[in-house]
Formats: sequence, C-alpha cells, structure tokens
Amino acid sequence: MGQIQLKQVTKSFGEVQVIPPLDLTIEDGEFTVFVGPSGCGKSTLLRLIAGLEDISSGHIEIDGKDATDLVPAKRGLAMVFQSYALYPHMSVRKNIAFPLRMAKMDQAEITRRVESAASVLNLTDYLDRRPGQLSGGQRQRVAIGRAIVREPAAFLFDEPLSNLDAALRVGMRLEISELHKRLETTMIYVTHDQVEAMTMADKIVVLQAGVIEQVGSPLELYRAPRNTFVAGFIGSPKMNLLTGAEAAKYDATTIGIRPEHIDVVEADGAWQGTVGVAEHLGSDTFFHIHNTGLAETITVRAIGDVNLKHGDTIHLTPRAEEIHRFDGQGLRIE
Amino acid sequence: MATKASRSAARVMMAPAVILLLGWMLVPLMMTLWFSFRTYLPLRGGDLGWTGFDNYVRFVTSSAFWPAVQTTLIIVLSVLVITVVLGIFLAMLLDQPMWGQGIVRILVIAPFFVMPTVSALVWKNMFMDPVNGIFSHIWRFFGADPVSWLSDAAMPSIIMIVSWQWLPFATLILLTAIQSLDSEQLEAAEMDGAPKVQRFFYIILPHLARAITIVILIQTIFLLAIFAEIFVTTGGAFGTRTLSYLIFQRVLESQNIGLGSAGGVYAIILANIVAIFLMRIVGKNLDN
Ligand SMILES: Nc1ncnc2c1ncn2[C@@H]1O[C@H](COP(=O)(O)OP(=O)(O)O)[C@@H](O)[C@H]1O
Ligand SMILES: [Mg+2]
Repeated sequence: MGQIQLKQVTKSFGEVQVIPPLDLTIEDGEFTVFVGPSGCGKSTLLRLIAGLEDISSGHIEIDGKDATDLVPAKRGLAMVFQSYALYPHMSVRKNIAFPLRMAKMDQAEITRRVESAASVLNLTDYLDRRPGQLSGGQRQRVAIGRAIVREPAAFLFDEPLSNLDAALRVGMRLEISELHKRLETTMIYVTHDQVEAMTMADKIVVLQAGVIEQVGSPLELYRAPRNTFVAGFIGSPKMNLLTGAEAAKYDATTIGIRPEHIDVVEADGAWQGTVGVAEHLGSDTFFHIHNTGLAETITVRAIGDVNLKHGDTIHLTPRAEEIHRFDGQGLRIE
Repeated sequence: MATKASRSAARVMMAPAVILLLGWMLVPLMMTLWFSFRTYLPLRGGDLGWTGFDNYVRFVTSSAFWPAVQTTLIIVLSVLVITVVLGIFLAMLLDQPMWGQGIVRILVIAPFFVMPTVSALVWKNMFMDPVNGIFSHIWRFFGADPVSWLSDAAMPSIIMIVSWQWLPFATLILLTAIQSLDSEQLEAAEMDGAPKVQRFFYIILPHLARAITIVILIQTIFLLAIFAEIFVTTGGAFGTRTLSYLIFQRVLESQNIGLGSAGGVYAIILANIVAIFLMRIVGKNLDN
C-alpha cells in the first residue's frame, strides 16, 4: 500500500512561501513524476512528503492515516538522493543492510534481502567494495538497493539520474521503470528533465513556482496542455508559441503548434522563411526558421534527412487540427 | 611531474629546503648522541672524556626514570582523551546555527593563542591559588575547605591546564571536519530509521575518524614535550615530573650534560615507540 495525499500543504522558509496551498493525491502503485524548472520547489515538496522538512500548514496522509507529525523513519518511505548519500566508510553490503540493521531485523533475513536486492540490481560482485570504488551508475544502484530492501510503501527519487552521463541515464531510466513494473510500489520521481517525465511517468505533475500547473498522463499533457507554460515545457523540441496577428486569426492571444505538426511543403505554404540552423539527427532534422514575418523563430521537425541548407527558402504549413489556442491569461481555449 | 627533466628540476628546487631541514634535525641529534657518551660537567671540570654507556645505565637505573615515563604517558593519554571527547562535543555544538556564532567561535579558539607559560601562570595564580584563586573563593562560598590544587591534586591540575590549552585545536580541526559532512548522508540515515545516537556512531564518528587521527598525532608530538606548564606550576614536584622535565633537571640543575643527553636519546626512543603504536592503531584512517 502506498497512497499519499497532500491537503492544503504549504511551506515557507522564513518570509518566503515556496509552496502555496497545494492539494495532490498520489494513488497506490502509481509512478508519479514532479517536473518543473530548477528552483520551482520540487525537492522541497518531496522532502515535505519524506518528513525531512516540516510543513508550515496543511496535512499529509499516507494510506489514509495522518502522517503530518510522523518522523521520517515512521512514514515507511524510502528516498534516493541526488548525491546518492551512500555511507562512504561502509561496504556496499553494509550500506544496503543499514536500514534493516536499524530496524533490528535478524541477521539471516538481512542477508537474504541484501543478496536478493543485489542480484536484482547486478551488484552481487561488488558487495564487499566501498562506494568510493564504484562507478556513478553502480553507486546509483546501491542507493536504490538501500531503498528497496526496506520494502517501503513508496519510493521517493530526487533527480537520481542528473549526475550520470547521457548513455547511462537512458539505461538507468529503463531500469527504474522495470523496477516499478516488477515491484508495483508507488514511486515519486523528481526531475527537471521533461524527457524523463514523459518516458517514465504514469502521472506527471508539472510545477512552477510551487504551484501545480497541470496533472495528467504524459499523453494528456502532450495533447491538451492546460496553459502556455505546460505547452512550452512538455515536448521536445519545444512547442512554437505564436502571438499577435497570427494568433488573432484563430481568435486567440497565443497559439501553439508543435514542431512535429508543421509540414514542409514545396510551395504555397501558410508561412515562408529562411532556414537558420539545421540540427541533423539522422532520423529527424530540426530546422530553425527565420524571416517568416512572425515575431517568433519557428522550429520544425522534418522526418528523415531533408536536404535543406542554411539560408535556403522553406515553405511551411501547420496542421490546423493540431493547433492549440490560449487566451489572455495563457489558459487553454477548447 | 611527468618528464625526466621536470623531475630533476623538482629535485634541484627542493634541495635547499631538504638540506636545511636535515641540518636542522641532524646537527642537534648528532650533538646529543655525542654528549651522551661523554662525561660532561660544565661546572665541575667540563668535558672529561668518554664513558661508554655509563650515562645510559645511570639514567634508566635512577629511581626517577620509570615514574617519569609513566607520568609522561598519563598526561599525554589523559589530555588526548579529554580534548578529543570534549572537542567532538564542542564541534557539534558550534556546528549548530546560533546567534553570535562568529564571536562564540573566536572565543572558543582564543586559549590556543595564549602562550603556555602565561596560561599556566594564570591558572596557577588566578584559579588554583589556595588563598586568592577563584576556586578557593567558590569552595569557601559553599563552606568547604579550599583545595591546594597544585600540591594535593597536582596531576589532575596539570592535565586540566594542558587540556584547556589544546581543546581549541581539537575543536577547530573537528569542526571543519563536521562541516564537511554531506547533510544528505544524515538525512538518508534518518530515513533509514537511525535515531540521533545511532546517526552519531554510524555516520558522524566514522566521518570524523581521519580528523581525530590528525588531532591525536599532532597533539601527541607536542604533548610528549610539554615543559612550560610544569615548570611554572609544580616545578616537577608532587609526581608531575615528566621525562622531558627530568632531562631538564639533569642538564641544568645537576649540571650533567652527558646524563641529560642520554635521557634525550631515551626520549627520542619513547617518542618513536609511541609513534609506532599510534600509527598501528589510528594510522590506517589516513589511507583512503
Ligand atoms: N532550506 C532552505 N532555506 C531557504 N530557502 C530554501 C531552502 N530550501 C529550498 N529553498 C528555496 O526554495 C525554492 C525551491 O527549492 P527546491 O525545492 O530545491 O527547488 P527544485 O528542487 O525544484 O530545484 C528555491 O527558491 C530555494 O531557494
Ligand atoms: Mg532539487
């Protein structure tokens, strides 16, 4: 079990309110990702749930029971820190066994759990090493091992992959997703990287300045962003957000069109411009288009390797059914 | 130092320092060794020639030798224990955010800047004096008889004075070590269900191991040779005669340089024995 409910939770550091009143329910077994730009309060929110920070007002319930005043150890949650926070003077085995030793579990059971966690995480050969002798990815796995042996009600991850290189990050992303499928335990995962959010989450919570901008599945956020912030934040490359006369044609203050929803045509497109930088990825090419008569630079994704160079003229047509419209407050118009 | 050229350049540049250091250490050492084999009584005939191992035999067989070794070790050990334990405690207190932190830290470190002679005199005359000392006033205030500290409890008094001097050093080193502890480690331990006491023994103390080792090694070097504190307080009486004080008495009070030099050689041997033991016990903490 691991249902977590936040009710009117706020957090202030001195005078500064980092989290204004916030309501959120995380269902049992769900993989929830908190995503948002740096400094928006994701870590703070996670630490409030963990109990490492006291909330300023409101309630936190875990499995329907009030946990607001419970100390971290009593909440039954396990956390994986950005710095991994391994105990440097203990072997991998002792690191993983630490929470069990603190719980005064008997030695045979500790050994059994540590070895099974180690085999799940491919750490069996490293059990007698110190964290200092491991690579970044292995340290990450030890931190996860230390979390899973406790069999917690929920896992909390705070940007666990941000210290890894790009290739390892993709690998660990898959491993964590696999782990979630296998354990079916609630996981809350904090990241500033929308790609991680999109690829891993059952439910994404988009935060900005401590405020929840939108909650939904990755595809819900992709298809129907509730406001311009979510529209610009989710999806890569970023959605083109156009204002002014072009938006007025659609009775909106701002319109949004994703780079993948603009077609490159031979002639007579809605827009015409010159190609700026072209980013060739092989499978796709991203063009940045200038001089279209619009205020904003337009990004376009073309499938495959399209033969257009810097300075060439390009004709574009947005797919009308894929245009998102937003009003003066930046809210979505259906 | 990657290339042959840069390596030899480095050697040339280090040479002056190495030669100076060697001279600094070797000349006195050689002179001590030289005199220890001679009968040298400056006021009673001067250098009277070779005596072989006579000085060495006389020094160890003197009734003052073993008590002096014992006194030295007791003082070193007690001061180490007191400064390390209290140092950890103070360092943890000073690490807490509090009002006036900067001033409190300077105050804690201040005793280290007082010269040993001065601080021992201050302790002797202002605190421990059985007539005018603050302690005697406190004792009298509660209706007790004042204690004549430096004669009735000479060793504890000396240990207290020396600990007071070295506590700031230990505190300072341990404080910087505590500040370098990653707070996420403590939070991880907290989430792992370790209460405060366990967090101290499993996380903080192991983290401090290296700093404690450094405190122990450096203090031992200086504590083996404490002198001023004894000279101005008890003058070596009441069981406070350490090995270095005994050597001082042999050289200056008995005017026997040969005998004192032999004592000096014993002091070197003792220091090395202590150093070997220390390196065995705590030195592995310095490895990565
Ligand atoms: N202990 C603290 N004291 C004061 N301000 C803090 C503290 N922790 C975080 N903050 C502030 O709260 C805001 C959110 O921080 P954080 O939750 O770490 O952001 P994120 O993890 O989303 O990057 C930041 O503006 C940060 O400066
Ligand atoms: Mg953060």
